[in-house]
Amino acid sequence: MIRRFKNVVIETVCRLMTPFLQLFGLYVIAHGHYSPGGGFQGGCILGSSFILMAISYDIDFAKKYMSEIKATVYACLGVIIYGGIGMVCLLIGANYLDYGILHTILPVDLARARAMGILGIEIGVGITVMAVMVSIYLNLVSGGRHVEEKVE
Amino acid sequence: MIWMLDFLILVIVLICAISAIMAKDLLSSAMLLGTFSFLVCMLWALMGAVDVALIEAVVGAGISTALFIGTIYQTSRKAYRQKVGIKIFPLIAVVLTGCAFIYGTIDMPDWGDPESPASVHVSPRYIEKTVEETATPNAVTSVLADYRSYDTFGETVVIFTAGIVCIVLLRRSDDKKV
Amino acid sequence: MDFIITKYHYWFYVSLMMVGLYAMIVKKNFVKKLVGMNIFQTSIILFFVSSATKIHATIPIIQETEGIINPAHYMNPLPHVLMLTAIVVMVSSFGVALALLIMIYKKYKTLDEDEILDIMRNKQ
Repeated sequence: MIRRFKNVVIETVCRLMTPFLQLFGLYVIAHGHYSPGGGFQGGCILGSSFILMAISYDIDFAKKYMSEIKATVYACLGVIIYGGIGMVCLLIGANYLDYGILHTILPVDLARARAMGILGIEIGVGITVMAVMVSIYLNLVSGGRHVEEKVE
Repeated sequence: MIWMLDFLILVIVLICAISAIMAKDLLSSAMLLGTFSFLVCMLWALMGAVDVALIEAVVGAGISTALFIGTIYQTSRKAYRQKVGIKIFPLIAVVLTGCAFIYGTIDMPDWGDPESPASVHVSPRYIEKTVEETATPNAVTSVLADYRSYDTFGETVVIFTAGIVCIVLLRRSDDKKV
Repeated sequence: MDFIITKYHYWFYVSLMMVGLYAMIVKKNFVKKLVGMNIFQTSIILFFVSSATKIHATIPIIQETEGIINPAHYMNPLPHVLMLTAIVVMVSSFGVALALLIMIYKKYKTLDEDEILDIMRNKQ
């Protein structure tokens, strides 16, 4: 296990950094149309903010915000959002993942409808990537035994 | 693109790679790999691949180093029983492979050639039509999530599967009894 | 001289690939083998991304809102897209490999290839 040693400087700086890191991750996801960024990058930044909490405090502190069950549910949710947007396009009458058809149900023109579809997909990808990164880190660092440690 | 800066970063990348291989301590090997990733990220920013540079800065220099160090704490830190010295037969095989690849680069298009086959086939259409068709100025995002979203869907499912595989491999609720 | 200037990037990528391949063949420690694999993958991705560069071009974010867009002014976005997803898949497969290493260490208490082979031979 990773040994825990308390250090006021590390804990305070990491706690101060975490909200700005998460805000930047959300910005990178949402502003991916106009600047470098997108779902993969923003999801990795969001995941690394949880990893930073797990490093600077300990794993149980990070698990209060992103437990294993939550991470698994979020990973499934992201894939379902991605596939669901494709299924919506299929149900309206276009091909799978052809977002142009969304302009019939959204109050925007065709090009903007495709931009909206891209945004939805980036959100799905971001949620999946964040959850998978956190879940891999929690399992690797604790060797898969993190529930028992909390009980003891 | 500045010629000298590019050459300098490539040389330092090569030195970092070799010393990450040679290091006796696995922890310093992990840190050198993080340095390697960060220098490669700078190289991509110089090449104009900003999206790739952003993700390499987060993933290569950040998350994968954290995963690496977590694993080294779980297992052992020393890379023992490795004899110092260069094995001659693998070296010959590797050098022959490298020579074959270098012979292949003679017929490659010049580095940064605007008329290279990769740059004239399908990508001009993406660049010309991205604002008109998808209202997205960033061509990388529109190609990623619109023109080639089947591809991205597959990649997302691969990442999801990797996460599930990690849980299946490592989670043991009755580990203490065994 | 002109030939060297237009081709030396490729030679650096090939030498990085050689370093990674040598580590994967020779090193006995599994973590060192993983380091070699990471370097190998990075060199392949470097080669792929470098096929997207154009001299005197800028990043693939379109600045003109009207008028004709000249594709020679922007980098090729397609290799960037393919390699962006490849890097994320690379780190998640790296996580799976590290999980396998932890399982091997739990069973054999070592990560050295020769020692594991000795233990397996002695069991038979």
